[in-house]
Amino acid sequence: MTSTLEDRLVKLEALGRDQGLDYYPVSFEEVPDSFMMEIAVYGLPVRMPHWSFGVRYIYQLIQHRMGHSRLFEVVFPGNPGQAYLAKNNSVQENTLVTAHVLGHADFSKNNELFRRSQKQLGYKIVELAASHARRIAMAIEEHGEEKVERVLDAALALESHIDIFKGVRRGKAKGRENGNGKPVVDPFKARYRDLPGEGDGTGDGGSEEPENAAAGPAERDLLWFLAQSAPEMEPWERDIFLAVREESFYFYPVFACQIMNEGWASYWHARLLREADFLPQSDYLDAIKTHSDVVRPHAADKQASLNVNPYHLGFSMWEKIIEEHGLEKAFEIREQDDDFSFIRNYLTEDLAEELKLFRYEADKDGTITILDTDINELRDQILAPKYHFGAPTVLAQHVDTDGTLHLVHEHETDGRGLDLGRSEKVLEYVQRVWRRPVKLATVDATGTPRTIACPAS
Amino acid sequence: MTDTPSTFSAYGGDTGRQWYDLFSRGARDWLRHNDKIRQAVKDKLPEVISNAEVMGSGDRTVQIPVRIMEHFRFRLRQNAKQQGAGQGDAKPGDKLGQKQPGQSQGGKEAGGEGDGGYQFAVELKVDDIIDWLWEELKLPNLEAKSGGVKDDEYVREGWDRRGARSRLDRRRSMKESIKRRAVNRDGPAFIDEDLRFRQLARRQQPSTQAVVFFAMDVSSSMQVRDRQLAKTFFFWVMQGLRRQYQQIDTVFVAHTVKAWEFEESEFFQVRGSGGTVASTAFNMVSQAIEERYDPSQYNIYLFYASDGENFRDDHDKAEALLKRLGDQSSFMGYIETPSSEERALTTETAKIFSAVAEAGAASDSYALTSNDSIWKAIRGFFQEQLTGDAA
Repeated sequence: MTSTLEDRLVKLEALGRDQGLDYYPVSFEEVPDSFMMEIAVYGLPVRMPHWSFGVRYIYQLIQHRMGHSRLFEVVFPGNPGQAYLAKNNSVQENTLVTAHVLGHADFSKNNELFRRSQKQLGYKIVELAASHARRIAMAIEEHGEEKVERVLDAALALESHIDIFKGVRRGKAKGRENGNGKPVVDPFKARYRDLPGEGDGTGDGGSEEPENAAAGPAERDLLWFLAQSAPEMEPWERDIFLAVREESFYFYPVFACQIMNEGWASYWHARLLREADFLPQSDYLDAIKTHSDVVRPHAADKQASLNVNPYHLGFSMWEKIIEEHGLEKAFEIREQDDDFSFIRNYLTEDLAEELKLFRYEADKDGTITILDTDINELRDQILAPKYHFGAPTVLAQHVDTDGTLHLVHEHETDGRGLDLGRSEKVLEYVQRVWRRPVKLATVDATGTPRTIACPAS
Repeated sequence: MTDTPSTFSAYGGDTGRQWYDLFSRGARDWLRHNDKIRQAVKDKLPEVISNAEVMGSGDRTVQIPVRIMEHFRFRLRQNAKQQGAGQGDAKPGDKLGQKQPGQSQGGKEAGGEGDGGYQFAVELKVDDIIDWLWEELKLPNLEAKSGGVKDDEYVREGWDRRGARSRLDRRRSMKESIKRRAVNRDGPAFIDEDLRFRQLARRQQPSTQAVVFFAMDVSSSMQVRDRQLAKTFFFWVMQGLRRQYQQIDTVFVAHTVKAWEFEESEFFQVRGSGGTVASTAFNMVSQAIEERYDPSQYNIYLFYASDGENFRDDHDKAEALLKRLGDQSSFMGYIETPSSEERALTTETAKIFSAVAEAGAASDSYALTSNDSIWKAIRGFFQEQLTGDAA
């Protein structure tokens, strides 16, 4: 059995390279389902311990038991790439999965976002995360589970709050320049100061700046900001913050290219299998059946689905692109785009209609009303949850001389205020590592400015 | 372009069993989550005590319903109306049915920490809860009362060369045989001098036996809520006393104008009708003591739960019986479930108990008006046990 798959891998690779796929070698490994599930939960084969992963694990188990999730493969970019296949897959299934992985490997080697993060993280994310896990295990040994957990509570709660444009490596924050020495002119801060009603209480952000990193402009990368500026953070705590941050930089391209990347891999597994004349006919049919199970609208067995299957969307878009613009252009797009430009440029009105995409609105009582099929609205809707990991725009604004940290939520950008209850809890996490008061400005349900604080004032 | 071939390793191939076959990180982190839940439960002990689904759990555990914890993140306030993108046969203006739970838009992790988190039950050992309770109340371990009832007990004490066959200590005898043969190699396997018998000595021990009478008014005025309160109180009192005595008998007596003895399993379901004559219950307890629980052998506890109503005519009889029970008992507790806070412990029955307490019996009364008051009552009871208020 195994040798069959191994032989097929060799032939599929030859076929793929022939067609122009370009990737670092992939190290494939068959693993049990249970381990596949853990990789999906942690996002990485070995990752730091935290109770919140245990919660995700249980949800995943429940979903798995209910038959809602089936994991065929997980692949990590790098040189070599690392792919895990479920050992319970049939050979036919794993043939398809192998071809699919080659598509991902090509994507992650060539796509600009992936390339940047790979370059910054050293092409070995699996090893990097494992070394983070080891360091944290050592910290637990030295400082105790509770202290480490306190740091991870804060760091993981903020894991989406990085600044992807400024990159992983940003020297020490000193004054108003970032690591590249580029002068930072922050339009936000200027605009924020001009907002009505924001002058009171928080004071003028610029006038009482202390001498440390906190003197910079409003900062989106909260993990970096805290690691740099927390008045009493221990070095090992800083280490944990930076470890979580590095992993977030790895996750970002995976998140921001999901539609493109899954679509691309699906396009290639379909294409490679179609052209694999070494496959017995029956195996090909089995594999294609798996293909149509994965790459189909979620609504296949009912009238309409309230979400869009990214595999299906991406796959359909790539097919259209290659049909209309040719393969060369497709390679170019996979190099330069991310989901934002991909959807804006290539989700056409015709295709949206063909795919029967729509926008809907759900009432509190659960009634669903179909709104429209307007292409611009649809694009916005599909992309809305994807900006900055789908996290609200919370920025570190300034630090008072007494060490009070002021966070501000850009509610105008996000269109509404924060969930106050949850925000209070996050402030509690943050306060435990900042060790001075932490305040956060947002707006409440009526749009009235609200400042919450920890400790509550 | 790289042409290094990719590699493939089958499960259980060259490398054999892997670490992930032996260890689940997901399970480890889930257990850590559960530890945190336990800690959170511990921090809310009064609520746990009042709300635990108690009694009848023979395995000495209680189930506490809890929510799976959420690791909080910044999130936007949920709009009254949520928008999303969907796919399928639908035209603008169409109305569809309910949105299925668990379908989230976007979201990095499948099945993340959703709002409508699953509920599950943590199982806590009653002993753990009692430990926490003790910690919380800063109680040392209660001991059987000194100066109380004494019990004869035989304890093992040393060995002798003579004794009944049944007390032969084979191990010890073999040792002797080996010692002897180490000096004299040719000796027989066993001789009489090798044999060792366990000796028993008679000692007087403070009695570790107790009997607890739970009596309850089940007349029509006692509501389901009243019984539930009494039941919870009884349960925790029982758990505390179990620490104190090696062996506890329980007797359950329900009464209206008559009294009956019940099994624990039926006791809290019993519903009677008509009025209340408390003396019938006290009388039945009294009889049981006479017939089965000699006060010189048993530490006696009586707990009586009622809404406080009692026939005026029964006053003298009830008080007389209770006085006698007070002389025989280590402690008597009265649990009142009054209809309103203001009336608490001003009732007919409350007067009887306070008269008996004033006359010197170890007794106290507790008003249970809500789940919150259970905590106070239990705390009160155990603190009295400790300070010897009731000794």
